Amino acid sequence: MSNEINVPTMASLFAEGKQPEVLFWVGCAGSFDDRAKKITKAFVKILNKANVNFAVLGTEESCTGDPAKRAGNEFLFQMQAVTNIEVLNAYDVKKVVTACPHCFNTLKNEYPGLGGTYEVVHHTQFLKQLLEEGRITMEGGKFKGKRITFHDPCYLGRANDVYEAPRDLIRKLDAELVEMKSCKTRGLCCGAGGAQMFKEAEKGDKEINIERTEQALEVQPDIIAAGCPFCNTMMTDGVKNKEKEASIAVMDIAELIASADDL
Amino acid sequence: MQYISQIIFTLILIAGIGYFASNVKKLFRNIKLGKDLDVSDNKPQRWKNMAKIALGQTKMVVRPIAGFLHVIVYVGFIVINIEVLEIVIDGVFGTHRIGLHVLNKSVYGFLIGTFEVLAVLVLTSVIIFWIRRNIIKLKRFWSAEMTGWPKSDGNIILYFEVVLMCLFLLMNATDATFQNLGSGNIVSQFIAPLFEGMSEGNVHMIERTAWWIHIIGILVFLNYLYFSKHLHILLAFPNTYYGKLIPKGQFSNNEAVTKEVKLMMDPSADPFAAPAEDAPVPEKFGASDVTDLSWVQLLNAYTCTECGRCTSECPANITGKKLSPRKIMMDTRDRLVEVGKNIDANKGTFVPDGKQLLGDYITNEELWACTSCNACVQACPVSIDPLSIIMDMRQYLVMEQSAAPSDLNNMMGNIENNGAPWPFNQQDRLNWANES
Repeated sequence: MSNEINVPTMASLFAEGKQPEVLFWVGCAGSFDDRAKKITKAFVKILNKANVNFAVLGTEESCTGDPAKRAGNEFLFQMQAVTNIEVLNAYDVKKVVTACPHCFNTLKNEYPGLGGTYEVVHHTQFLKQLLEEGRITMEGGKFKGKRITFHDPCYLGRANDVYEAPRDLIRKLDAELVEMKSCKTRGLCCGAGGAQMFKEAEKGDKEINIERTEQALEVQPDIIAAGCPFCNTMMTDGVKNKEKEASIAVMDIAELIASADDL
Repeated sequence: MQYISQIIFTLILIAGIGYFASNVKKLFRNIKLGKDLDVSDNKPQRWKNMAKIALGQTKMVVRPIAGFLHVIVYVGFIVINIEVLEIVIDGVFGTHRIGLHVLNKSVYGFLIGTFEVLAVLVLTSVIIFWIRRNIIKLKRFWSAEMTGWPKSDGNIILYFEVVLMCLFLLMNATDATFQNLGSGNIVSQFIAPLFEGMSEGNVHMIERTAWWIHIIGILVFLNYLYFSKHLHILLAFPNTYYGKLIPKGQFSNNEAVTKEVKLMMDPSADPFAAPAEDAPVPEKFGASDVTDLSWVQLLNAYTCTECGRCTSECPANITGKKLSPRKIMMDTRDRLVEVGKNIDANKGTFVPDGKQLLGDYITNEELWACTSCNACVQACPVSIDPLSIIMDMRQYLVMEQSAAPSDLNNMMGNIENNGAPWPFNQQDRLNWANES
């Protein structure tokens, strides 16, 4: 696997008088979290391979404000939103792709009310589109016969009704897509949404990510696929808790595709 | 003398409907205690949702057993009520089975026959519902919030239905004219033999008694609605009409905050400017009591049937945490009823009672356990949005009381200072691109 990746920034393209086809909104997890950075890179490798003319904001990107809003700090959320919208509008951004369903939801649904209207797509939707346009191909072999279950991120699935794009991609890998007992509209949260990622859970009998991991283990998957960096962390922790990390991998859809193509 | 029963009937009818109307007026007043919310947009979609979700019961059948039984009781309820029309006309005008004078025998027989079959189906469904609640003890009917009134309320409704359906069949079985008709007595013909050998007068007495108890029972039931979760049979319709149309993940942007933020971001604004003398009292951020919620949220609370589908899908509740979305709705309704009673007792104005929804009903622990995953919103068969109440109350906790858990304060501090929920420098945002 080569580590050479090409990541243009909006600022550098702007200096050259160029406008990318799409802005890749990396998100805080994708920028700073060691596990999520791998997802970011896998996605960029696919973008590079497909010759997608994209750019990132880099140091000009800031938190969308999603965790602040879900925690109840509307003020901080709107400050973040207004600041980000100024940057996005200054670059005349039209289309945004992101691998984080929380950024996706906020940018897509909550920014328009504050003056930031863009076409926002989740990376699984974007990848599906690249595949349909023939800009990427997926040589299935590697995942043939593997049992993959998809954990629906709440902010992608229930919150925005995106259920099929990630599943279509898994099917294209020639893998066997197996569904957990709670899936799609009835999917169970990983436990990280609503700013829970950043605090201790309230007292209960069990952690939510353990409950969800147990549901995943019931269908005996080889791989638990996720489409959200937070779900990824929660499910990875769950698999470790069950001491199954040697036999079950937790992977983002972008990582599956990048690794199928041996990028 | 011959008019005496008609007069009594009419008086009972007027009293029953009158009391119900006065309670409905209170209901409207209480719901209007909520803040204004403009829901006049996208009318075609709203009508469609109402037709699909309330009329069509599409979300009920997500759980097939309960859904199927509910559809039977629902259809039975609506159809059998056509019979009530006949009872009312007979009662007021002193006629007997007016339908027979208007319709021909076979049509009348077909109608009543259908009602009888439905009555048996409803009876069966209601008994299964009772068994699910009381013998199988389905978990969602035995949660912490389902003790006392909510528990008996559920059962009382079932008893009501059993009694009303039995009375309807008994009334038909003991009606000699109807039995002699030989049309439409599909079920009651098998009950009729029980009364063979009794004097004609006694059978007639039983018929009259069943008839009177049946109609009085219906009026009592009508008035019971206001005090019961059974109010959903009426409110499910407006509630699904006014339900959320935007994506579930989209939380509204608090406009009061937008004003503040715009002012802060405006370089020409004078930071030391004193507010104008006649400036309105700054709006409270978020919600601590029912009057801070929107009227749609209050309508939601009155519509809640306490079925617990929300709670049984809630990840926090599943893992033993205190949060139950159903309890959020029940608490909101209980507090609203309390506020309403306060207003009634104080000649139309609310006298502060030192209580509020937050703290006295809903605890911070419940609010902070929510993952905002929307499972409760998805699960609700009548478009209730418990999450919106949780989020409004979190806003109050954080923006008015600075009462967020300390971990969240750290997270928010990081966002404010570094533009990320973790303590990393914004200048390091692109480091991943060069790391191997």
